[in-house]
Amino acid sequence: MHPAPSVIVFTTLSGLGFGLLFFLGLGLPDVTGWVAFTFFAIAYALAVGGLMASTFHLGHPERALKAFTQWKSSWLSREGWCAVIALVLMGLYALGVVFLGQRWGLLGLLGSVFSILTVFTTSMIYTQLRTIPRWNMKLTPAMFLSFSLAGGALLAGQVGAALPLLLVAALVQLGYWQMGDRALAHSGTDLGTATGLGTRGSVRAFEPPHTGTNYLLREFVHVVGRKHSDKLRIIAFGLAFVVPGILLLLPFGHLFALIAVLSHLAGVATSRWLFFAQAEHVVGLYYGKR
Amino acid sequence: MTELPTTTERKMGLVIDLDTCVGCHACVISCKGWNTENYGAPLSDQNPYGADPSGTFLNRVHSYEVQPETGPAQLIHFPKSCLHCEDAPCVTVCPTGASYKRVEDGIVLVNESDCIGCGLCAWSCPYGARELDQAEGVMKKCTLCVDRIYNENLPEEDRVPSCVRTCPAGARHFGDFADPDSHVSKLTAERGGMDLMPEMDTKPVNKYLPPRPKDQIDEQIDILAPLLAPVAEEAGGFLGWLDKALDKMPGGSR
Amino acid sequence: MNQPIIDTSPAVSDEVRKTTCYMCACRCGINVHMKDGKVAYIEGNRDHPVNKGVLCAKGSAGIMQVNAPSRLKAPLKRVGPRGSGEFEEISWDEALDIAAGWLEPIRKDDPSKLAFFTGRDQSQSFTSFWAQNFGTPNYAAHGGFCSVNMAAAGIYTMGGAFWEFGQPDWDHTKLFMLFGVAEDHDSNPIKIGLGKIKARGARVIGVNPIRSGYNAVADDWVGITPGTDGLFILSMIHVLMKAGKIDLDYLSRYTNAPVLVNAAEGPEQGLFLRDDDGKPLVIDRNTGKPTPFDQKGVRPDLSATYEKDGVTHRPVFHQMAERYLSDEYAPEAVAERCGIPVGKIRAIASELARVAFDEAFELDKEWTDFRGETHSKMIGRPVSMHSMRGISAHANGFQTCRALHVLQILLGTVEVPGGFRFKPPYPKPVEAHPAPHVGVTPGGPLNGPHLGFVRGPEHLALKEDGSAARIDKAFTWENPMSSHGLMHMVISNAHAGDPYKIDTLFMYMANMSWNSTMNTKGVMEMLTDKDENGDYVIPRIIYSDAYSSEMVAYADLILPDTTYLERHDCISLLDRPICEADAAADAIRWPVIEPDRDVRGFQTALVQLANKMGLPGFTNEDGSAKYTDYADYIVNHERRPGIGPLAGFRGENGDQEGRGAVNPDQMNRYIENGSFYIAHIPDGADYYKPWNTAYQDWAVELGIYDSPQPYLFQLYVEPMRKFQLAAEGHGDRQPPDHLRDRIKEQLDPLPIWYETDQTGNEGYTVNALTQRPMAMYHSWGTQNAWLRQLHGRNPLYVPTKLMHKHGLSDGDWARVSSPHGAITVPVMEMASLNENTVWTWNAIGKRKGAWALSDDAPEATKGFLLNHLIHELLPPKGDGLRWANSDPVTGQAAWFDLKVKIEKAAAPGEAQSQPEFAPIKSPVGQGPDALAWKVGK
Ligand SMILES: Nc1nc2c(c(=O)[nH]1)N[C@H]1C(S)=C(S)[C@@H](COP(=O)(O)OP(=O)(O)OC[C@H]3O[C@@H](n4cnc5c(=O)[nH]c(N)nc54)[C@H](O)[C@@H]3O)O[C@H]1N2
Ligand SMILES: Nc1nc2c(c(=O)[nH]1)N[C@H]1C(S)=C(S)[C@@H](COP(=O)(O)OP(=O)(O)OC[C@H]3O[C@@H](n4cnc5c(=O)[nH]c(N)nc54)[C@H](O)[C@@H]3O)O[C@H]1N2
Ligand code: SF4
Ligand code: SF4
Ligand code: SF4
Ligand code: SF4
Ligand code: SF4
Ligand SMILES: [Mo]
Repeated sequence: MHPAPSVIVFTTLSGLGFGLLFFLGLGLPDVTGWVAFTFFAIAYALAVGGLMASTFHLGHPERALKAFTQWKSSWLSREGWCAVIALVLMGLYALGVVFLGQRWGLLGLLGSVFSILTVFTTSMIYTQLRTIPRWNMKLTPAMFLSFSLAGGALLAGQVGAALPLLLVAALVQLGYWQMGDRALAHSGTDLGTATGLGTRGSVRAFEPPHTGTNYLLREFVHVVGRKHSDKLRIIAFGLAFVVPGILLLLPFGHLFALIAVLSHLAGVATSRWLFFAQAEHVVGLYYGKR
Repeated sequence: MTELPTTTERKMGLVIDLDTCVGCHACVISCKGWNTENYGAPLSDQNPYGADPSGTFLNRVHSYEVQPETGPAQLIHFPKSCLHCEDAPCVTVCPTGASYKRVEDGIVLVNESDCIGCGLCAWSCPYGARELDQAEGVMKKCTLCVDRIYNENLPEEDRVPSCVRTCPAGARHFGDFADPDSHVSKLTAERGGMDLMPEMDTKPVNKYLPPRPKDQIDEQIDILAPLLAPVAEEAGGFLGWLDKALDKMPGGSR
Repeated sequence: MNQPIIDTSPAVSDEVRKTTCYMCACRCGINVHMKDGKVAYIEGNRDHPVNKGVLCAKGSAGIMQVNAPSRLKAPLKRVGPRGSGEFEEISWDEALDIAAGWLEPIRKDDPSKLAFFTGRDQSQSFTSFWAQNFGTPNYAAHGGFCSVNMAAAGIYTMGGAFWEFGQPDWDHTKLFMLFGVAEDHDSNPIKIGLGKIKARGARVIGVNPIRSGYNAVADDWVGITPGTDGLFILSMIHVLMKAGKIDLDYLSRYTNAPVLVNAAEGPEQGLFLRDDDGKPLVIDRNTGKPTPFDQKGVRPDLSATYEKDGVTHRPVFHQMAERYLSDEYAPEAVAERCGIPVGKIRAIASELARVAFDEAFELDKEWTDFRGETHSKMIGRPVSMHSMRGISAHANGFQTCRALHVLQILLGTVEVPGGFRFKPPYPKPVEAHPAPHVGVTPGGPLNGPHLGFVRGPEHLALKEDGSAARIDKAFTWENPMSSHGLMHMVISNAHAGDPYKIDTLFMYMANMSWNSTMNTKGVMEMLTDKDENGDYVIPRIIYSDAYSSEMVAYADLILPDTTYLERHDCISLLDRPICEADAAADAIRWPVIEPDRDVRGFQTALVQLANKMGLPGFTNEDGSAKYTDYADYIVNHERRPGIGPLAGFRGENGDQEGRGAVNPDQMNRYIENGSFYIAHIPDGADYYKPWNTAYQDWAVELGIYDSPQPYLFQLYVEPMRKFQLAAEGHGDRQPPDHLRDRIKEQLDPLPIWYETDQTGNEGYTVNALTQRPMAMYHSWGTQNAWLRQLHGRNPLYVPTKLMHKHGLSDGDWARVSSPHGAITVPVMEMASLNENTVWTWNAIGKRKGAWALSDDAPEATKGFLLNHLIHELLPPKGDGLRWANSDPVTGQAAWFDLKVKIEKAAAPGEAQSQPEFAPIKSPVGQGPDALAWKVGK
């Protein structure tokens, strides 16, 4: 898949943002006033900023409201609802904590649930796609959720939770890469089934339908070299998990925390880049690109 | 609306005969012509006279080489447009309801005025049947020429998709798969019409007829060989045979 | 569920205008849907005889051709040096004045100083009429470099050729064998036909080194070694004859197999025994006596010989048996050279025999032959064949085409149900065609039609001194039967001043500085070369094109043509009509839209030029002009009384067919009728046309010929024997000595196969071919925004084995060289390809600056031409002579004899295929950045 910056920014930031909201809704850390304001501001900046970014790749952003109509069947629509509900609930909750010094626990809990549901719905947008075997795995939501929670914990300064969550996320990440690399082959889809000609012999793509490029090729066909991806995986893993993990183990300090957060952010973004760039859409088979 | 209808009254679609398609691209351009002028926004082209021309097409013809275990490689032309799947993932993923499957005939369409151009439906289509128009920002796909097949301004025989009407080799057939007696249902049954990527469970309506077995003539030589038994063994015998053969012809004997 | 309500019955258009497509020369009928006076959508005309409603990719893309930014806008006068592309726009008055100013003096002085050659044109009966009235002998169309081998071999052998002049009996054939065809002129009819027979499950055998397109759908593929089809065919003839699987009845009745041939050495050897009227004699089995072949009740004997005055006369068939039964044609002897296993040759031959004889069938149609015998039935032999340039574009192509026809005829499959059928005005014997004319009179017209069919040395176009009368050296000893001229030699001969110098080169619709020429770079140099005085060696060049092609830059004066939807045209029975095997048909084009530029239909410009010069044929006795424009000519011109360019709606009331007085309303009647006219052949006259009285009478009635012309198929072509006799020293017109051996060998009156001249090819072992893409027409497709997305560049397709051998993978570059030059181009692997052949799509590569494309268009960066590797002359043999890269019989350009060497190469700088040429300045600018072409609201 084409690693569009908008979706990378969107999933990375909103994942972190909603992860932070999740913890804030649970009262972790239990803050009020300006401190709370800062936390919420960061969470909203990330969540809303991410959501805004996601509209950049729309052909008609002005019609975005229509996306709320199909919650019964569409994960994208559900994501929209969850995000809005989470943001509204958390907004009210934030009003309480920031301005009224009130922690409406149930509201916060609900907000947390919708925050994490938002992340889950986002992940399901990808997971549901059988056309992209690398995404069409249980590990995809696990990855989104674990990343979001780990990042949220990190941002929320929940060192105790962050360390195990980072460990979990790191393991999920490794598992995801491991299984992802085999996903297309395991999916049973190849040029033979794509063309129905597989029973006659080995099928090879000859001439493409057009000598030039097209939307499908631009959108779905992106090949990352093996060496390049190995390198990026090491970077992603190091930045997202190893560096923050080590920093967390060191004595707490704001600077270290900031570095840990930024490193994690950069690592997750790199992982997301790979998430998209390495995802093989089966349509590539038709173009002999797999 | 992005929920799929549980059943449709008819199941309109195409049969594409891979034994006959010569890869001429007539269907591709005819489709482009009709759909640029008709349903929805025109199919635009970017950089049409420059270094990197590209544009929106609803139907494209690939070609593949198949190397059987024995015998020479074969080349197969392979047109591909929307298969109007019964379980169309492109419909259910659509957040706006712009994508829908028509109850009356199963045609999968995009209501362009509702489309936000998120691209998700194209992501969900295994066949690469949807293209986001770069000028209009909306999703385009084969409409099965919904504005032709019922069009009362067209003579009845022309109420077929543009690509079907134009296909010089007659490799494209249009009809109702819900009717077991329709031309398309019969062709599918007779010639073993197949689904693309059946493992995706999309239940495509369009069917592909596989190419007939190729390069069989060498194997027939044992059966055919007697046909070539020489008429005379020794040289010069041919003229003797000729005289006899001429005598045997009606009014032949001298 | 509530789903949107959509309008499923929108208005399709305001109006439909029916005309004839010209996105290629197939000439399908089209319905042009108009909205607000603009072209909105083009579809096929269902009533049309050619395409029956279907339309190819090019046809549907016509809308992008009539809006192409590459269209020329006004007449152009060159202001920069030739080849630069620097022009100034001028008025038509000025343009015609300049042209007439150049041409008038030539005409008065020596009309042969004008060479007028046309390319992909469909008005040859008109352009030749113009040239004839101008008085120059130097006229031809592009057929000489296209497929004259096929045309001439067909006409000399059976009175009609493949091209679009005949077709398989698609409704009945059960075995269709296709030799060397990628697309052909009959584009849509072949596809419709293939579709028909595929639907019936009939077998298709494709003989082609490349398995794409039609060959890809073939049930069996014969990946033959290029240039060896003749050998393969003669081998099949060998086994079929040996097995007696030939149609003796057919051979005896309808062919010259029984005709008696003089066997005694001397000036008569190999000539037919004839009666006093010149009619060939056969032995009648009823009487045992020699008798003219066409007498009532004659049963020609295939076997009997005849002694006269001590001279033995043997039937043609004896000679055939002698030749083809020889072991040199046994499958075992040819298999390796052809690259076809022995078993496959036998299997195909036996399948031909099985289908022709075991699946023979009868049609209940009574017919009467030219000998007066009535047959109650027609016997079908459902084997059909078709072939085109894969066979004809080799220097042994004429003989190979002949071999193929002989194979068809031996099986009795021509003009019978299930076999190959002619389309009117064919069949037509050689005798019904003119011979070439070169009689020049200063200030007067030529003494007859330029082109024709020679019957012997007496018809060669030679001057008194034996030198060539024509600039292209057509109809000379080098290529005596060059019925279409040799357009590919015009520029190099004119440049060399051999056989003489010319003053003005006038070309129409031919991209001669690029894809339609051999030795492209050399030709560009010849066109721009100057003599010692600093004048151009070819002093003046006038060219008519509709688009900004590569050739435009090389002309001094451009007459900009309209597009095909903006003009009148005539697809005439006098020319290359649109007939079907069951019907005669012709067609027109008319301006369904008006040009928005200062352009004129070229034919109209020619009429106006003729009027300016007062050419005979265009001028009334009182000196006034006969025709105002081409439309006027189409309707009012009469070739012979009652016979004009169009056969339909003749007579004052438009109720006459074929023959009839001029009908002033004819054009409108055509338009009302969908721009074509069709005259159906009556039932019972539709097969056995060369011998069928009913057909012959119908053809006379329609004006195809003036009296019945029954004839025999010429298995043995006597005119060729006459050239051989001359080479043997007989007769007063004698070939130059260096050509004697070649003529003796290669003008054999019975088909032979010979290896083409391999001089200079040592080390060049790989065959290199081109194919036409179905969706592009030569160079024109590229300016089309939709089509160029399909084929925007052309890789060199390399077979798997050679890819491995040279360590190549897709996208790598290779240096491809021939004895004549080298190119460096991107490669792509192809498995379904003869393992010693490489190929590419024809005419995709473009010169920078042409066609209103940007300089970095893929056509101009990665695209390439194979033409750089092909020379119009063979490499020097060391005999001081340069031999033409042409068929020695017809002069057909041997495009496909090319042999190359390939080597892996580093990608050239900026991934630019080599050779690269400087951009030409575009006379029309460049196209827009985006398109969304919807004309309706
Ligand atoms: N390597 C290689 N070269 C080949 C061949 C091959 O097989 N291999 N094939 C050869 C053969 S068979 C042929 S016929 C030639 C074809 O070669 P050409 O006859 O040169 O064909 P085009 O490239 O189509 O060029 C015709 C010109 O006509 C112009 N034109 C198009 N429409 C109109 C119109 O309406 N009016 C006017 N006035 N001009 C118009 C185009 O712009 C173009 O410049 O190529 C030959 N060249
Ligand atoms: N779409 C489209 N249609 C066209 C044209 C076009 O440019 N585009 N051009 C028109 C013109 S001018 C012409 S002349 C016709 C030509 O029509 P075709 O005769 O179909 O011409 P080519 O495309 O040159 O194809 C020649 C075929 O012969 C094969 N071949 C080459 N050498 C041999 C051989 O030795 N033996 C055998 N058996 N096969 C061989 C090649 O692989 C190729 O498939 O097409 C006309 N129709
Ligand atoms: S082919 Fe693709 S676009 Fe068409 S219905 Fe199926 S999934 Fe949807
Ligand atoms: S691009 Fe349009 S049709 Fe496709 S899913 Fe998005 S809104 Fe629906
Ligand atoms: S049915 Fe209509 S829209 Fe679909 S591919 Fe054919 S022409 Fe295009
Ligand atoms: S028009 Fe017909 S033959 Fe041509 S590519 Fe399309 S399906 Fe194949
Ligand atoms: S074959 Fe195609 S381009 Fe040629 S005349 Fe017919 S429709 Fe037009
Ligand atoms: Mo040609």
